[in-house]
Formats: sequence, C-alpha cells, structure tokens
Amino acid sequence: MRTITLEIDEKKVKAEEGMTILQAAKSVGIDIPTLCYHEKLEPYGACRLCMVEITKNKRSRLVTSCCYPVEEGLIVKTDTEKVNKIRKTIIELLLPLAPTGPIMTLGAKYGLCEYIKKTEVEGEWKVKGFRFPTEQNDCTLCGLCVRYCAEIKKENAVGFIGRGVDRHIAILPEKGGICIFCRECYNLCDGGKFPHEAEAF
Amino acid sequence: MKKLKSSSDLENLRKEILSKRDPKKMCITLCSGTGCRAYASEKVNIAFQDEIKKQKLGKEVDIRRTGCHGFCEKGPIVVIYPEEICYLQVKPEDVFDILSQTIKEGKIIERLLYTNPGTGEKIIHESEIPFYKNQKRLVFGNNRKIDPKSIDDYIALNGYTALSKALLELTPEQVIEEVKKANLRGRGGGGFPTGRKWETTRNAPAAPKYVIVNCDEGDPGAYMDRSLMEGNPHSVLEGLVIGAYAIGSHEGFIYVRQEYPLAVENTEIAIKQAEEYGFLGEDILGSGFNFKVKIHRGAGAFVSGESSALVSAIEGKVGEPKPKYIHTAVKGLWNKPTCLNNVETWANVPLIINNGADWYRSMGTEGSKGTKIFSLVGKVNNTGLVEVPMGMTLRSIIYDIGGGIPNGKKFKAIQTGGPSGGCIPEQFLDLPIDFDELTKVGSMMGSGGMIVMDGDTCMVDIARYFTNFLADESCGKCIPCREGLRHMLKILNNITGGKATEEDIKRLEDLTEVVRDGSLCALGGTAPNPVISTLKYFRDEYEAHIKEKRCPALVCKELIIYYIDPEKCQACGLCVKNCPTGAIYGKKKIVHIINQEKCIKCGTCFDVCPDKFSAVLRLSGEPAPPDVPRETRIKSKERR
Repeated sequence: MRTITLEIDEKKVKAEEGMTILQAAKSVGIDIPTLCYHEKLEPYGACRLCMVEITKNKRSRLVTSCCYPVEEGLIVKTDTEKVNKIRKTIIELLLPLAPTGPIMTLGAKYGLCEYIKKTEVEGEWKVKGFRFPTEQNDCTLCGLCVRYCAEIKKENAVGFIGRGVDRHIAILPEKGGICIFCRECYNLCDGGKFPHEAEAF
Repeated sequence: MKKLKSSSDLENLRKEILSKRDPKKMCITLCSGTGCRAYASEKVNIAFQDEIKKQKLGKEVDIRRTGCHGFCEKGPIVVIYPEEICYLQVKPEDVFDILSQTIKEGKIIERLLYTNPGTGEKIIHESEIPFYKNQKRLVFGNNRKIDPKSIDDYIALNGYTALSKALLELTPEQVIEEVKKANLRGRGGGGFPTGRKWETTRNAPAAPKYVIVNCDEGDPGAYMDRSLMEGNPHSVLEGLVIGAYAIGSHEGFIYVRQEYPLAVENTEIAIKQAEEYGFLGEDILGSGFNFKVKIHRGAGAFVSGESSALVSAIEGKVGEPKPKYIHTAVKGLWNKPTCLNNVETWANVPLIINNGADWYRSMGTEGSKGTKIFSLVGKVNNTGLVEVPMGMTLRSIIYDIGGGIPNGKKFKAIQTGGPSGGCIPEQFLDLPIDFDELTKVGSMMGSGGMIVMDGDTCMVDIARYFTNFLADESCGKCIPCREGLRHMLKILNNITGGKATEEDIKRLEDLTEVVRDGSLCALGGTAPNPVISTLKYFRDEYEAHIKEKRCPALVCKELIIYYIDPEKCQACGLCVKNCPTGAIYGKKKIVHIINQEKCIKCGTCFDVCPDKFSAVLRLSGEPAPPDVPRETRIKSKERR
C-alpha cells in the first residue's frame, strides 16, 4: 500500500492510499464533526457537517471529508470561516428538527446551545434560540438505520419514502417482524426517532 | 435489409435513395413535434391524407411528417417544397385550399402566411421569416427536413457519413483530438470540455466502458432535447457511436424520461433501423467495431439529470446523487468508466467530424464554440426553439428573433438556464451569451431555457416559484438542500405574503450561501441562484414587500387590493355578474363597489372590466379609499 503525505491544518499527515480525509484526520487526532458517517458503512456524504476546504493546484474548494480520498500534496483546512459557517447553519437547521443529545453536543461546540448543570450528575440542554423554527420530528434523515440495515444486516427492512422536503423513513411492513428482534440500529439513531417508531410498529 | 459493410456501401445506398426521389416533386412537410401536436397537427395530417385521396393528387405530391421546426408559437407549421412556401397555424379546414390552390394551381394563400407585425408585410418563404432568418440552425436545422421515423431521410441528407469517416479513416485518438480541438463543451449545463471527458474515460484503466445519452430534461419551459430526440434521433445516435468508438466503449444507454413518449417511440424506431443497416451491432460498416445501445426510461425526476443520480437510476436504484470526487468518467455505471453527455452535445459530434474542428471553431466566442439551442419562452412574441451561434447578445435573441415583448410592454428580466438559473436584468441585455459570461452575471447556460419577463412580473414571486419547484424536486438526501430550501421557501412565502421582517432577508442570505456551498450535487449548488440574483438586481422589490407591504408589480395576492374607480365605472354590471364570491355591490346605473372582506382577489373583475373603461384598479401598499356614498353612485344620463 502506497503512503501518501498530505497537510491537514498545517500538520504533515501520512496516510495510506484509499483512505479518506476524515480517516486521515482522525488518525492524528484532528476532530471533524459528523452525523451520517459510520466507520462500518459506505461513505454517504449527506449531512455535510464534515466539510473541509481543500487546496489543489492552487485552487481551493469545499468537499466532504468522509468521501474525499487522500491525495499526495493536498492541503486541507478543517476550521476555516466558510466551513464553520456551513456547519453552524446546518446545526441550526437540525436543532428544531431533532433536539437530542448528539445534536445538542454539536450545537454547543458552535455556541448554539448550552448544558445547564442542576446537580453534579443531572442537568439539561438548552437551545439559545431557533433561527429556523420547524416542526420537531426527531429524524435528521442521516440514513444510518437505512444503510445499516441494507449494508450490514442485508435485510432492507427500513427505507426512505418520499422526495425532497417530504422525505421520511419507514419500516417495510413485510419486514417489520425482523425489527422487533434485531433492534441493532437503535443505538445508531441520533435523532431518537427510530426506537420510538419501531416500538410503535 | 442488407447490412452496409463499407463507406461505398453507404454512398451507394444514399445515391439509390436520392435516385428514387424527384427534387422537383412537390412535398408537403407538416410539423409533428410535440408543440404542433398540441395544436392538433394530427388532425391536419388526417385531413391531408383524405383530401389527397379525394383530389387524386397522390402522384403529384408527397407528404412528410417532420420533427419540430421551432416556431411553436405559430404551429401547426406546413412547408411546401421545393418552393419552401410556409403556412402557419394551419387548421384542417385549410387543407382543401392548400391542395386545390397551392398544389394544383401554384397560388399562394395569403391568409396563412407569416405577417410581419411591424410592417404588415407577408412573408412566403420559411427561411425569410425574421424568427428563422437570424438563427444559425446547424444541429436543429435538419429537424424540419426529415421524417424522424425514416432513416432514409437522414441518409439522404448525408447522414452517417461522419460515422463512416470516423470509423474507417480516423483512429480513436484522432477523433478525440478533433473534438478537443473544436472545443466542444457539454451542452447539458456544466460546460465541461467534451473531448477531455472522452479522453479521461478512454484512459481509465477498467473495462467495460459505457456511454450514456442524457435526455432527462426536466426544466419547466424547456424542450430542446426533447425536440431533438423526437425530431432527429439519428443525429444523436450517430454522435453516440462516434463517441463510443473514440472512447472504446461497446455498450451505451439512452436515458429518456417516460414523460416523453414520442421521443421514446422515435428513438426505438431509430435504433431498430440503424441496427438493420448495420450502424449499430457487430462490425459496424466493416470496421470491426461493435456497439449496442439500450433505452432506459426515466421516471421523471428532475434530479435524475444529475450524472451520478442518472447512473444510479440506470443501475436500478433510486435516482439520487452520490458525492463524486472520483469522476463518473473513471468510476460511473457499475463502477466502470462512463461517459455521459447531453443529447445536444452528442448531436454536435457528427458536424465536427464532417466539417472539421476549424470550421466549428469559426463560430462562437473565445471560450464557447459552435451554436446552442435555446428554448425561448415567457413574455416574448415568438416563443419556440432557437439555435444561435454562441456570443449572440440577449437583445438580439429577444428582439430580433423573439420579436420583442407582447403589447409593447417593457422588458424586465430574463431567466436563463432553467429553474436554477439567475434572473438577468435589463442592464445586461447586450451580454454576449456563452458559458462564462452568463456565470459572471450570476446566471448560467444550464440546458438552455430562457424565460422572458416583462414589467408585470414580481421578481420576489418568481424567486418563490422557482424555489418551490426546486424544494419539490430536491431528492432530500443532503441537509443543506433539503432543509435549506424548505426554510428559504418559508421565508419567501412570508415575504410575498407580507408577513416578513427585515431580519428575514439576512436569514435568507445566510441560507443561500450555505445551500450553494454546502449541497451535495449541482441541484442544491445552483438552487439559490434565482434568489441570489433577484436579491442582487431587484433588492428594492424585496424591500418594498417587507417594509412597505407593497408589491410593486401588483402580483402578490396578499399585498394587493382591487378597487373600482367611481369616476371611471360606467356601471355596466359585468364585474357584478362575474364575481365568484358576490363581493361586488351595485346594479346597472349604480356605480359598483367591492366589499374588501368578501374579496378573494381572484382578479376576475379586473379581467372582465372592458378595456375602454379600465375602472378596476389594483392597489398595493395603501388601503382602499372609502366607499363613495350611495347617492353619488347613481349614474344619471346627463353624467354619462
């Protein structure tokens, strides 16, 4: 396997050919936020939180680090103003949809919400304000459940229905029986919709 | 049918076809494109067939049903060769006159000719009509001469000679070199150099390689790919086989949307005919090159026109884009090198091979060569498909070809490039159109839609309309596009509904930036263009909606009221009779008034009030003046 040298946040990073920027960054402890990424699954590139700015042949552009393969001499910046604006706005769009722990934690990083400690062990999340209010439905459509079921379990019991703003997830009625016993995707769900949905089913 | 095995076979076939045709024999061509079909060209055809039998003219005249001529505004179009007499808006009732006067006696029927609206002059020949005269119809021109269901018609016009030249005289590298030299750029919107794409696919190490025709045209108001596919499918096929040869591909797909039944039908026939003659299949024209092609019918999703989504759709998956940091040209269909080009791009290829790159380069601008077909629609006198050399100004297209704005109204803006193009204001009317110039002013070439708008168009409403379309057509995979467009639409609805605050413009601007930079595919990447461009050039309209609750173009329903001017009202009762909610009070001879609470702002009163009175007014940003007292509303005879 060929070793590729690239630069991430002014750090020289050695990576193996075929790795993604995200994997290379993780290997040296650079944190890039993600939502739809899972190391066992094929890169999906839908949440766009892992966007980074790359410079190649003196031209820079924005790419999703979970999909972009490392290249020799690539210059990557994970923390630019543009990148942060996109991440912050995406979290702002997600917060009213699914105000749950993982998304709140991301929000806290960009100053959108805070954790108020009540006691040493107890506390609660507070959102500083919803700039893009919408109906809460506990689902960010990250597709982790759908892809886990298809790629790992090979059952395809969960799928997407509808297009665009009408898109949502649903369990195939014929396959619902499997879900009662499997429940492996419950832990993957960031928005908290899935366990709820499946129990109701 | 004997398969053709060499270039001389093709030449002999062409001579044989021509020998059976008498160029002096009269031929009536009837446009049977989708536009003319909507104007009942089918009925005109039946009338012609019947009447030719009745008048026993079968030996004197041929009838040929052609593809779209482009001048759809005036369909159905009949052109009689060899004289090229052009009759417009022909109805079945006119058929008798055409046959008995023009065909039998050589007389011209004045009432069916094109009348120049400016001078009143009648024009006999199709090519002299200003709409056609100012065009350069290289790709689209043959549409009007051939029956798309007949390969012989295409061969008679030197069809498949470029294929024979490419396969038998040139190496694949030479073909690519020629296309590269011609600087042909992708007509689907991206404008990527076609030759370079071919080369990447050719050099990609994996096999097999695929070639794809992208005919998933989904823009509202655009139909040039459709008309080309319906009207001249062989030109696309020929280009495709040449490309496949250059790339080293032996299998291709034509992705046509299911909503284009005529395109599917004509392409199916074309493939069958080409197979019979040996332009497809094994050992094409004796060159040893094999190629087959299949039609894939799309299920009508706008996003499927995006290359990675289209590839997914052909693979049998949902048509959703994938991040493509490795180009489709290297890893596309079933992860194999795939070259995907738009219909018009493929149709340009035979022209380049036949006439050479230098000839092709002689047309166009520095960065964009050749011609481009545009679908000219909206508030313009001559709507239809126009093909012009790159670099023609927007003004020439709108005024010289399009005949200007109807009713002498003022031009306001033109939206180019389909729903995700930007709106270009009057100050850029002299812009020479090519890929780069359009991008500079915040719009794009796109697939070539052009929507002309006049002073009666509200630019905020236009931005809202296109955002609504795109929010509907977004696949919903990535968050910026799905959620961003959802909120952009909400904000725009608030603005046109008079419920927005000044903060909303800031929120809107933030979203446009994130949707543009953050989205996964080009749909999201270009979706904010209508909003960005209208905010840039027509910001005053946004501000009027927000600060003054006023719609300057008097379009947005929530911000306008209808009011009857008591001085102008002649108390005729027309609006009272037609108001669907009974909101207008008054009788004959008693001046009418509108009850604003009952009014649903449908605009019926405005439409029915006779032009000579024009008593119904639209007001915006101000309350309705108080009703005049009943005693002064009575119209006495003296006052009239």
